Amino acid sequence: MQRYLAQKLTIYILTFFLAVTIDWIIPRFMPGNPVQTMLSRAALRAEAVEVMRGYYLRAFGLDVPVWQQYLNFWKAVFHGDLGVSVYLFPKPVIRVIAEAIPYTLAILVPAIVLSWIAGNKFGAFAARRRWLDNTVLPLGYFLTATPYMWLGILLAWGFGVGLGWFPIAGGYSFAMTPHLSWKFVLDLLWHWFLPFVSLFLVMFGGWAIGMRNMIIYELEADYVQYLESLGAPRKLIRRYAFRNAVLPQITGLALQIGTIAAGAVVTETVFSYPGIGKLLVEAIQNQDYFLIQGCFLFIIIGVLLANLIVDIAYLIVDPRTRRGMVGEI
Amino acid sequence: MRGKWWVVLGLLVLGVGVALGQEFPRQETLYISGAAWGPPTDWNPFITWSKANTSGTVGLIYEPLFFYDPLKDTLIPWLAEYGQWKTDQLFEVKLREGLTWQDGKPLTAADVVFTFELGKKYSTIYYSPMWDYLASVVNVGDYYVEFSFKRKPLYQEFVNNLYNIAIVPKHIWETRTEEEITSGANANPIGSGSYKYFAHGPDRNVYIRNEEWWGIKLLGLKPAPKYIVEIRFATNNLALGALLKGEIDLSNNFLPGIATLAKLGYVKTYLPEPPYMLSANTAVLFLNTTKKPLNDPAFRKALAYAINVDAIIERAFAGLVAKASPTALLPHLAKYVDDELVAQLGFTYDPAKAKAILAVAGYKDIDGDGLVEAPDGSKIYLEVTCPFGWTDWMEAIRVISESAQAAGINVVHRYPDYGAWNTALVTGTFDMTLNNWASLSNTPWTVYNLLFNHPIRDVMGSGNFGRYNNPEVFALVDELAATPPWDAEGVKAVCAKIQEILLTDLPMIPLWYNGLWAQYVEFTWTNFPGAYGGRPHWLPCTWAGYWQMGGFHTLCELKPAQ
Repeated sequence: MQRYLAQKLTIYILTFFLAVTIDWIIPRFMPGNPVQTMLSRAALRAEAVEVMRGYYLRAFGLDVPVWQQYLNFWKAVFHGDLGVSVYLFPKPVIRVIAEAIPYTLAILVPAIVLSWIAGNKFGAFAARRRWLDNTVLPLGYFLTATPYMWLGILLAWGFGVGLGWFPIAGGYSFAMTPHLSWKFVLDLLWHWFLPFVSLFLVMFGGWAIGMRNMIIYELEADYVQYLESLGAPRKLIRRYAFRNAVLPQITGLALQIGTIAAGAVVTETVFSYPGIGKLLVEAIQNQDYFLIQGCFLFIIIGVLLANLIVDIAYLIVDPRTRRGMVGEI
Repeated sequence: MRGKWWVVLGLLVLGVGVALGQEFPRQETLYISGAAWGPPTDWNPFITWSKANTSGTVGLIYEPLFFYDPLKDTLIPWLAEYGQWKTDQLFEVKLREGLTWQDGKPLTAADVVFTFELGKKYSTIYYSPMWDYLASVVNVGDYYVEFSFKRKPLYQEFVNNLYNIAIVPKHIWETRTEEEITSGANANPIGSGSYKYFAHGPDRNVYIRNEEWWGIKLLGLKPAPKYIVEIRFATNNLALGALLKGEIDLSNNFLPGIATLAKLGYVKTYLPEPPYMLSANTAVLFLNTTKKPLNDPAFRKALAYAINVDAIIERAFAGLVAKASPTALLPHLAKYVDDELVAQLGFTYDPAKAKAILAVAGYKDIDGDGLVEAPDGSKIYLEVTCPFGWTDWMEAIRVISESAQAAGINVVHRYPDYGAWNTALVTGTFDMTLNNWASLSNTPWTVYNLLFNHPIRDVMGSGNFGRYNNPEVFALVDELAATPPWDAEGVKAVCAKIQEILLTDLPMIPLWYNGLWAQYVEFTWTNFPGAYGGRPHWLPCTWAGYWQMGGFHTLCELKPAQ
């Protein structure tokens, strides 16, 4: 078991290092120069522009050779310093991200956990029930095939513009400032609902279908037929089948987390929900190297952490992994 | 027992929360949008490029010595009671007596001196180039400030700075380091203005009226809204929806469908008929004069005749903008336009004439594809660009390429990303591109400084992107900058010479005036500005730099709807 964990950890560290490096390089391949872009927003006399360009290239550490910028970047990361945002100058990237992260986690974590649990339950329930299989599961296929953005737009249009039940943009009302009161908390929830639901629905469809197929597969297995021939109650059989079927679903969750994070990016953009995803899109549009790096760093850490949690969960759920790794089989 | 404590604690927290919590009463709040392109990050009046995101920093929180009214082309004394040129190298400002900062301390001449001297101390302050010609700024007592000059100053720039440089309190800023001053966030700003910072979020700024503002007594002015909430919408559609529902009162976003809505009476605009909007800046087609065949004045002239500006106005702007004067000057500076010259040399859309000019200059269609080749027989291929996502400009350059093609000139449109477009612009690798970076101002020098920025450098960051190299016109722009403001005839004479070169050589082509986008609904507030029906005459604009050009006065004219 320790070997299993050590192996996984090595892979994660390596992945982290490579992913962060790639995310450091890619923005620098973009044509253009963030300092120039920033300065061009202030109509200045040429003399002033020249002085300021030099000053800010130094301030952002962009006046040294690229390899040195890269080394400085890692040095700074280990000191917990992600630099200063260009787009949101002079705000430190770490503070920009700290303000956005609660919003992203608030829609992402409940959507992942709830859709996985509900999807699995529903899929298992629907399998081998003809009327459900014929009516609701096609809907599941439809949901899981829907791009996050498209569903988001449909929901915003239907419930936001059409029915007017929910707001279509923002994290909270324009008439409020953040504070602790029921009114504000309700307002937050009211704005949170549609982005959450659009992530939830797409994932729910996927898990439900996966589970339904797994259950059907498991119900054909030898052990089920053996149990059936022994006259075991149907409820018991389905419980065994469910426990076996859930294992690939856990693996699926680990594989899906990256895609889900990408889904959160577009969902936040559609609802202009003030999380990391929206921030990332704005950072890219404004060529803000430091903010892009920072956002990706958190997305990478988040995805790897989630994977680690899934790996550990797998250890707990599937005894074979534990035994297999200590060489008893 | 323990359970009870939790309940008590919970109620306490809730009670405090409710007490601190804030919801703005609709009747006392003005909702606006259209200034910000990003989240608010600083309230530092010396960081100029981010001021759009906290546009009230200068004008509402901090104030300059003067305000400026473009509609009347006059300076409005503000912190200053008056300003006068004692000699042509000595300018005296008399401050009003009884000015106060928002923390209650008096605002005196020492604060003004301190603010201007920051530019001498730190080269990264945007107005430090002023000190090339400024000898000293000293206060005489508490109310008089004397600006003396080493030589004849750049009067036009100096006057422009008088209503743009925000005066900051010495007692707060003098202990700050250079870094804090030039790039600090300056959270919780203390200014002298009519509004105070109240709150902000990623998509909003909130200002609250300063009930102790000096102007209530000294100017007899009081802005109507107690709160101003400025909102940044992710897309213009959201802004339009919110405006029509009355969730915002004043929108300064570009909303293409407004002409129709204004005609039907759903929204109000400054002008009752097309183009509905006042003009804010001139959209100019810059031509890269270092590239063939754009280095040929005859070819450039043909291009100017080939572009169908009316089609741009119709297709890209749905009639919301007006055709620009070929001299590039905005309507409020029309007195500096040499009308005779324009009648003689001005260009209009005339494809036949474009073809004739091309033929005379030796551009002929040799291979029979309907497009002309250069006199040396080489094929012509030119790209016209604008940043991707700027939908109105994207449509505009589509019209440009189409009408150029129709006249036989092979121009195609391309939409690079903003970063790539910007790099090509300042390093001079583009062929033809649109730009409008000269803001509305008190002087024709602003736009001519954009068109003929000099000297030519590797990176042309603030104008003359096409690298038009003509020492004669550079000298004229310098002369214009140094022409005193009281010499209107002198300004006009220099402008005429510049216009003659502009119109003969056409190193760039002025096309249309981008609008001062402003549309309002009057569910909550009425008496917005307008050129009709007894409405007040001010620029109804909340963009950065416009609060002191009419935006603030708009607030003073508003009346509650009930």
